[in-house]
Amino acid sequence: MSVNILEAAGISKNFGGIVAVQKVDFTIPLRSIVSLIGPNGAGKTTFFNLVTGIYEPTTGKITFDGKQLEKLKPHQVTQRGIARTFQNIRLFSNMTALENVMVGEHYRLKAGLFGAIFRPPRVVKEEKAAYKKALELLEYVDLGGKGEEFAKNLSYGDQRRLEIGRALATDPKLLLLDEPTAGMNPNETARLTRFIDQLRRDREISVLLIEHDMKVVMEISDRVTVLNFGKKIAEGLPAEIKVNTEVVEAYLGKAYSQNKDEQK
Amino acid sequence: MSNTNTQTNPQATPSGKAPNPFARFQGGNTKLAGFFVLAVMFLALPFVAKPILENFGPTVFSDTFSAVNSTLIFVLLALGLNIVVGYAGLLDLGYAAFFAIGGYTMGFLTATQSKLNDTPFHTNFWVALPISFLMAALFGVLLGAPTLGLRGDYLAIVTLGFGEIVPITFNNLTQLTGGDTGLAGLQQPKLFDFQFSSSTIEAWYLIALVVVFFSIFMIRRLINSRIGRAWMAMREDEIAASAMGIDLVKTKLLAFGLGASFSGFAGAIFANSLGSANPSQFKFDVSIFVLSMIILGGLGNIWGVIFGAGALAMTDRYFIPFFTEQVRKLADGIQLDSRLVDGVRITDPNILKDILTNVATNSRLLLFGLILVTMMLVRPEGLFPSGRRKMELHAGSSKDMQPMLIGSEDPLEQMAESHSLTFNPSITESTILDKHDKKHKNK
Repeated sequence: MSVNILEAAGISKNFGGIVAVQKVDFTIPLRSIVSLIGPNGAGKTTFFNLVTGIYEPTTGKITFDGKQLEKLKPHQVTQRGIARTFQNIRLFSNMTALENVMVGEHYRLKAGLFGAIFRPPRVVKEEKAAYKKALELLEYVDLGGKGEEFAKNLSYGDQRRLEIGRALATDPKLLLLDEPTAGMNPNETARLTRFIDQLRRDREISVLLIEHDMKVVMEISDRVTVLNFGKKIAEGLPAEIKVNTEVVEAYLGKAYSQNKDEQK
Repeated sequence: MSNTNTQTNPQATPSGKAPNPFARFQGGNTKLAGFFVLAVMFLALPFVAKPILENFGPTVFSDTFSAVNSTLIFVLLALGLNIVVGYAGLLDLGYAAFFAIGGYTMGFLTATQSKLNDTPFHTNFWVALPISFLMAALFGVLLGAPTLGLRGDYLAIVTLGFGEIVPITFNNLTQLTGGDTGLAGLQQPKLFDFQFSSSTIEAWYLIALVVVFFSIFMIRRLINSRIGRAWMAMREDEIAASAMGIDLVKTKLLAFGLGASFSGFAGAIFANSLGSANPSQFKFDVSIFVLSMIILGGLGNIWGVIFGAGALAMTDRYFIPFFTEQVRKLADGIQLDSRLVDGVRITDPNILKDILTNVATNSRLLLFGLILVTMMLVRPEGLFPSGRRKMELHAGSSKDMQPMLIGSEDPLEQMAESHSLTFNPSITESTILDKHDKKHKNK
């Protein structure tokens, strides 16, 4: 049994009477890519928000890297080593690409008020290193040369990749990607899929992926978890999920899956 | 106007020579040198101007420079408010509260009428100045703390409340503050053998100028540091900022505290240079006046903000009295018709005269209103916008950031795609996230 970077046990989240996530158990093995799939409204993004501290779970425990997570604020979660991207891109639109990445480095920099104003050598050195690292990261996400452009002026695909670059700037152990290929054409999607796969090998991080494009999911996931109406309905290897009746039902309706069985 | 164009080729840097992030932001030593030359020129200004201006009349110099001094105070206020509103994006309508706190702290500590007089706490200007500054910063944090969960309009309303409460409190604490009449007889500073007084205008000019220059230096450094980046990130998107590891509480309070401390500094110098602290100096209009300055000049751009402060303060000082006088003359020039009816003299009303008289009485509000409305229609980004704001308002809207759902162009590929389990996301949980997020935070 391999070590798990993230373990969620019995996670529930209620919004008033609505149960968005219901008693979900979930694990992410170290350095693996785990996909979270499910129809719209299944609770995938809510689950993301529970892990990243934007919501506090109603019940249940989340353990990350051996430590409790569920009481922490979003910035503390990030400081523990979880970084994320957003389903509807949330870049700092009126800041340059480079500044966006440098914001990701924020919490590791030490300069305080006086350091920032008087810039002792320590701060200068730190700032230079941060700048250099940001440039390297931009290069890594294929945005070299676009550092001085405002985030909002980048093309859609570039914005998606910049968001990943910004998340990587926090030095995460676990990267949460919320529908990274949404709105991309097949070429861009294929490119991003390869990139995510590469990322895991280069940076030794684990990835939790919410994705609707099954091609992407099947191609790069080590494990797949399926949510429907806030409940986990299946979990396993991509090949197992593909043929799971309940999953097919959830996506395409009962009639479809019965039809398919009869045809056989 | 300052920094975006100085960098040329970011691509070459990682492998090439060591990158210098500060050169990128500030244009290196040339700009710093320019800054110092500018500072020296301004410092020498009164000594050059005095003999020239005194040729025009005995009071011209002191009139001009007392106007300049109050302008400098407003510049300081505008710079501070620009941190809070322009960089951190927190709309603060009660900024005058900290101006009042700075002024009254100075008053309590140095006025002969103060209750502290003849106690060990009564002190001189130089000691009282940093204390006023710290008090304002402290209150900035204290008043900022309850507003942490609020954004935009809600924050504006709450700060508006603070802006009203503070001067009224000072007004009503008659025992301590002398009520309406305020605290008079502030002990003015002595530097070596030089005794400041309300008439040593050059001396106050120099103090205010040094503070302004240091503030500019400080703010420029701050906004190009991790702190400034955090402020801007927070302004752009709070949720994303916290997801990047930025502590929103700390970052907001720092902005509030620092912004307030500028105001406190300005208040302390202002009160002491006038020799008194009284509630009418710190009314709500100061908040709005300063906010107008930074909007007029260009939110988020130091030089624009300074220009806006200068322009409005000078307009207030020179143009408005001039305008008022002209209108009043015009109104006085209109002779009213009167006639005798049955032995009683009846004066006919003249609408034009009434209008002109009213315009003259309220010309300040009228003109500022006009200026602001015109600005908002013609140039909403201010006269000298920061590059960012210009783009924000002209080069495209924030809608650019919305994901565009581009499918494949090729119909065959589209068909192929539709056979796999592909979903097009439309609205899912994260769109509701903003609403829930607020709830969660308030817990």
